[in-house]
Amino acid sequence: MGVLVFIEQRGGQVRPLAREVLGEATRLAARLGGPVVGVCAAAQDPGLAALGDAGASRVLLARHEAFAQYHAAGYTRAVAAAVEAVKPAVVLFGASAIGKDLAPRVAARLGVGLATDCVALSAEGGRVIATRPVYAGKAIQKVAFPKVPAIVSLRPKVFAPVATNGNAAAVEDLPLAYDPATSRARVTRLAASSGGKPDLTESEIIVSGGRGLKGPENFKIVEELADALGATVGASRAVVDAGWRPHADQVGQTGKTVSPKLYVAVGISGAIQHLAGMSSSRCIVAINKDPEAPIFKVADYGLVGDLFEVVPALAKAVRELNAHGA
Amino acid sequence: MLQVVCIKQVADTETRVKIAPDGKSLDPAGVTWILNPYDEFAIEQALAVREKLGTGEVVVVSLGPAGAATTLRNALAMGADRAIHLRAERPFDSLGVARALAGAIGPLAPGLIWLGRQAVDDDAAQVGPMLAELLDLPCVTVVAGFELEGSRAVVEREIEGGREVVEVTLPAVFTTDKGLNQPRYASLKGIMAAKKKPIEEKPVEPGEAALEVVALELPPPRAAGRIVGQGVAAVPELVRVLREEARVI
Ligand SMILES: Cc1cc2nc3c(=O)[nH]c(=O)nc-3n(C[C@H](O)[C@H](O)[C@H](O)COP(=O)(O)OP(=O)(O)OC[C@H]3O[C@@H](n4cnc5c(N)ncnc54)[C@H](O)[C@@H]3O)c2cc1C
Ligand SMILES: Nc1ncnc2c1ncn2[C@@H]1O[C@H](COP(=O)(O)O)[C@@H](O)[C@H]1O
Repeated sequence: MGVLVFIEQRGGQVRPLAREVLGEATRLAARLGGPVVGVCAAAQDPGLAALGDAGASRVLLARHEAFAQYHAAGYTRAVAAAVEAVKPAVVLFGASAIGKDLAPRVAARLGVGLATDCVALSAEGGRVIATRPVYAGKAIQKVAFPKVPAIVSLRPKVFAPVATNGNAAAVEDLPLAYDPATSRARVTRLAASSGGKPDLTESEIIVSGGRGLKGPENFKIVEELADALGATVGASRAVVDAGWRPHADQVGQTGKTVSPKLYVAVGISGAIQHLAGMSSSRCIVAINKDPEAPIFKVADYGLVGDLFEVVPALAKAVRELNAHGA
Repeated sequence: MLQVVCIKQVADTETRVKIAPDGKSLDPAGVTWILNPYDEFAIEQALAVREKLGTGEVVVVSLGPAGAATTLRNALAMGADRAIHLRAERPFDSLGVARALAGAIGPLAPGLIWLGRQAVDDDAAQVGPMLAELLDLPCVTVVAGFELEGSRAVVEREIEGGREVVEVTLPAVFTTDKGLNQPRYASLKGIMAAKKKPIEEKPVEPGEAALEVVALELPPPRAAGRIVGQGVAAVPELVRVLREEARVI
């Protein structure tokens, strides 16, 4: 019974995504019955008791030096051991780089089904149905789980955390009969790339630029607007292929899938492969000089105009708003 | 060293999705079928490793209906040595695919197993790590950089806000991302040679289902948006609606 949640930590900190997943676990457990239990693998307790506030009643912690970094074999065994101990109806992961790697391993180990990168979950009469975009978002698939537990990974930034004024979560040791040193894969290095900015998939606001910017030097216009909004900069494939921006910035079918609360597309036409990566954003703004551009079909708010005039004016207006407060 | 590349035939990414009468699957009428784009990076990397080592065999494996043979032929034309077609008339779920692949690949004892990071039809991104778990092998997903150093590989993958470097002892499973390499085109000579290369066909049956598709639907249209105006003059209105209506700034 209940819902088991994989709690992702990196560098000894619980990732914000874990709170989103706990939020959905809490709503699901209210319909299915049973507790919300977390499972975490780490070198040290990353402050798991505090997750009581995010919906967890207890958290099982598999502790080992080697678990400071992602350790596929060890993390898989930790989640499998927690499933054994808790016997949950559902196991939830966040669809992060780690969650996407780990969830299929756990599902294969348990011999059960997995639905990845889901955007909604429902439970009707105890039957869990997961909703997930397929065909690059051109269709929506609903899947059921013939086996227990159902395993689901959730798209980042789609599910709201809950804030209970609950008690601290009980943190319990999860012993593993496994020596991580026997693993044949080892993370040896982690190179930060984005200069302290959150990753696109974790950003609340994204400003993306496309070929309409005409050249890499003009991205400073986009960066200025992003700074004013506290946003991360994204890009279309056209500008990544042209070498104006790194691949890490690419949004779309062959880049990242993002769901920020605000997505601003600047000089982007809105090709289906770009839409695949951003159409689940909460609010979409398009700035394009071509009123027929397909991006306007998905945009909540469109502004037709020359980005070289509009974007600096918008950045200025936002800065003024920030300066004068509410 | 023998290498295996798992490839899938998928609907072209330009396909207009129509739902079949069963309400659960894609209507195949008028669909163009292609090699899953991410699998091209997998094939290319296996060929590059074979070329670097100057020896070894590249075996491509695909599970699917009769049409999957075309995709296997494409991979042979790129330079793979032989193919195995796991012939299945009905779609399998990801675990079913991974189990069938494990059954066919395990006995070959490959040093490297390559897959794409995800198939662009079901967008599942599951089969690679599932296969690794079933074969009890290490696996690195979404690989964007690869160096072979004897019996080890040093690989890079993109993670949130950075790049992770992973060292792996072979045999191992890798799933490939865009940017890993530049896939080659099949040459005319390659296409001719592929006609003589063997495709071994083996029927496979799905085992117990682990996942059941209950519906495939077109996405609900986004509520119609609106043009707030033209040019710089519309900027104040845009700021106002973002603040007061959408409440996102
Ligand atoms: C298999 C496959 C995968 C793909 N994956 C992706 C992906 O992941 N992500 C992705 O983005 N694309 C992807 N693409 C490419 C996609 O099809 C488009 O080619 C790409 O998104 C176009 O980028 P763009 O909008 O920047 O450029 P364009 O289509 O050239 O659009 C530029 C836009 O800028 C506007 N503009 C020009 N000047 C100005 C100005 N002064 N002011 C305002 N507006 C201006 C124009 O009106 C135009 O709409 C993929 C394609 C394929 C085949
Ligand atoms: N039917 C299949 N036959 C062979 N390989 C497959 C098949 N389905 C998936 N794969 C491989 O697994 C990768 C990931 O697919 P998926 O998990 O379905 O997104 C693909 O890029 C292929 O390399």
